[in-house]
Amino acid sequence: MTKTLSDITNGSKVMVSEISQSKLRVKLMEMGVIKGRILTVLYRAPFGDPMAIDIDGYVLSLRKDEACLVDVELMTEL
Amino acid sequence: MRIALVGNPNTGKSSIFNLLTGLRQNVGNFPGVTVDKKVGKLKVLGQMYELIDLPGTYSIYPRSRDEQVVYDSLSNLDSSEYPDAVMVVVDASNLERNLLLFSQVYDLGFPTMMVLNMTDIADRQGKKHNIEQLQFMYPEAIIVEANARAGLGKERIKNGLSNLISRTTTSRKLLSVDDFSNQEAETLERFEEIRQGLEKVVSKEERSEVKNKWDKILVHPFFGYVIFGFVLVVIFQFIYAFASIPMDLIDGAFAMWSNWMSNAMPPGVFTDLITQGIIPGVGGIVIFIPQIALLFFFITILEETGYLSRVVFIMDRLMRPFGLNGKSVVPLMSSVACAIPGVMSARTISDWKERLITIMVAPLMSCSARIPVFTLLIAIVIPEETVFGFMNLQGLVLFALYLLGAVFALLVAILLKAIIKTKKQGFLLLEMPEYKAPRWKNVGLTVFEKVRVFVWDAGKIILAISIVLWALASYGPGTRIETSINNAKQEAVEMQLSKDETDQLVASTRLENSYIGIMGKTIEPVIKPIGFDWKIGVALITSFAAREVFVGSMATIYAVADDGTTSSSLIDKMRQEKHPDGTAVYSLAAGASLMVFYVFAMMCMATLAVVKRETKSWKWPLIQLGYMGVLAYLGAWITFNLLS
Repeated sequence: MTKTLSDITNGSKVMVSEISQSKLRVKLMEMGVIKGRILTVLYRAPFGDPMAIDIDGYVLSLRKDEACLVDVELMTEL
Repeated sequence: MRIALVGNPNTGKSSIFNLLTGLRQNVGNFPGVTVDKKVGKLKVLGQMYELIDLPGTYSIYPRSRDEQVVYDSLSNLDSSEYPDAVMVVVDASNLERNLLLFSQVYDLGFPTMMVLNMTDIADRQGKKHNIEQLQFMYPEAIIVEANARAGLGKERIKNGLSNLISRTTTSRKLLSVDDFSNQEAETLERFEEIRQGLEKVVSKEERSEVKNKWDKILVHPFFGYVIFGFVLVVIFQFIYAFASIPMDLIDGAFAMWSNWMSNAMPPGVFTDLITQGIIPGVGGIVIFIPQIALLFFFITILEETGYLSRVVFIMDRLMRPFGLNGKSVVPLMSSVACAIPGVMSARTISDWKERLITIMVAPLMSCSARIPVFTLLIAIVIPEETVFGFMNLQGLVLFALYLLGAVFALLVAILLKAIIKTKKQGFLLLEMPEYKAPRWKNVGLTVFEKVRVFVWDAGKIILAISIVLWALASYGPGTRIETSINNAKQEAVEMQLSKDETDQLVASTRLENSYIGIMGKTIEPVIKPIGFDWKIGVALITSFAAREVFVGSMATIYAVADDGTTSSSLIDKMRQEKHPDGTAVYSLAAGASLMVFYVFAMMCMATLAVVKRETKSWKWPLIQLGYMGVLAYLGAWITFNLLS
């Protein structure tokens, strides 16, 4: 079963496996969310949305429905 | 020579712009959009350079209205911004993502300079750069290192400008804005090239860095809100309470100036125009400067430090249902002091729709100019009683009025969210920059810029309307005013009135027979259903300039001395005022109706002028005037009929 970025708990490392077809796909890519990239989920805002992730040393915040577009493979869990 | 300045957000692009041009900046418009176009000048070896600061973007392909400007300016040969060369500011601590935009711009074929900025932060992260290898990736670019926050690199950039290389090669063609699938393919290709190239450019020592340790507390589910609440209270205290000190000084100074001028100049129309039209009009502009300056002082600090993106992070979920942005909180809260700096500060919201909704509802938040109106009317119609054992009824009513405005601001926001259509999908995808100390030069320049823009752009509209209102209140058709004043003077002699009382009677007679007085009487049939008579109608028209003018106009109409905001003689006079049938004019129903009217009505020409300036068209301020007017009339009608 594939997981999306929105399911991942804080502190976990994941690898991007696929980004769903969407108008936002190209925008996500431009922000550095591309296939094979390793991301770390840092923390979430109150109510669990939005979330903040680390991409190669910079912090990106994104909403739950944006994170849903990103399929990931879990690397390490905390 | 025209140079376009481009770069990702948070790369210190505006610091570079300020470093190079200082105070030689001008703010204009990009055609057709609501984006400020900052243009600065600098001279290197006798050659003038015009630097155009384009909006920050992550890609040449636009994902928002602001970013469209970058695409248009760089791709349209006919655009007035089409540059001779391009300067791209790149964040050295985050080279990979930044090089996407750089490589896109590089491929456009302009002579290109790369300013490798924020080298200090890269150092702190243990990242070293091999500039020769970077040069190898982009052989025809001029690459210079800078640290604009420390003021370093100005000479290197200037040198680079005079050494720009005209281009021989261009590889890729620019795609069209909505060709998403090819943009995706191109983005992947570029990132692959960049990754390969960077293997030789960046060497990283592993450091056990504590990344964004402040985030632990600033986005904490409890303390995050407590801290943000505290920040809001501090800002509010400054623009609500402390700004009144310079504002009172400005008020007094302009009154003195007007007085002195009217004594120094021969009596006549020209003197009246200057002392009663122009000087108070200019005063009505200058009076807003302290609040604008203070608010932008704080907002720029919040932005510069990186805290504002954390505010968006913790507020996003709460504001989203209303079509507002996490950043809308600051403009809306500021509008409780004054909608003018509030509307101007909506500029920090990058999404056009969210910014527009924020601007459209901000004036519904009860501002401090409504307080004199509310306190006067509460004193007249609300008894001084204690309810529920401990609460003061008058205070409770005042609180209810504030609440009414705030609730309707949110309701209208929901409505606008459903009505306003945009092509672009709303998204967050926001970079959370590292925390940094604010650069005071940037703070100072922003405050200066905001004040200048307000005084020049909104100021001329405010001045024009004040002069029109003055003329309408001072003149009437034919000899109508002269005749009635002569009658009033005779009456005053017969009644043996004192000099002050005679002057008050004359002023009242003048206003009644002026064009505004006639307009007040003309609209009486329209405002009668909501409980207002023509005298209130006159005050409504005059207080279109600014709400607090209502009190002064009431004093003039009722021919009493205007000795401050809650003059007891005015309250007595208004309480005794009767309709021809003997019922009180200021009944509970009429008074409450009038208060509700002032909660909703757009009685502030300065706000309209600022909304015009911020949305770059008359469409939105007119819609605002219209919807707030309808809301005011309906609200007042319901209130009046419920209570009478």
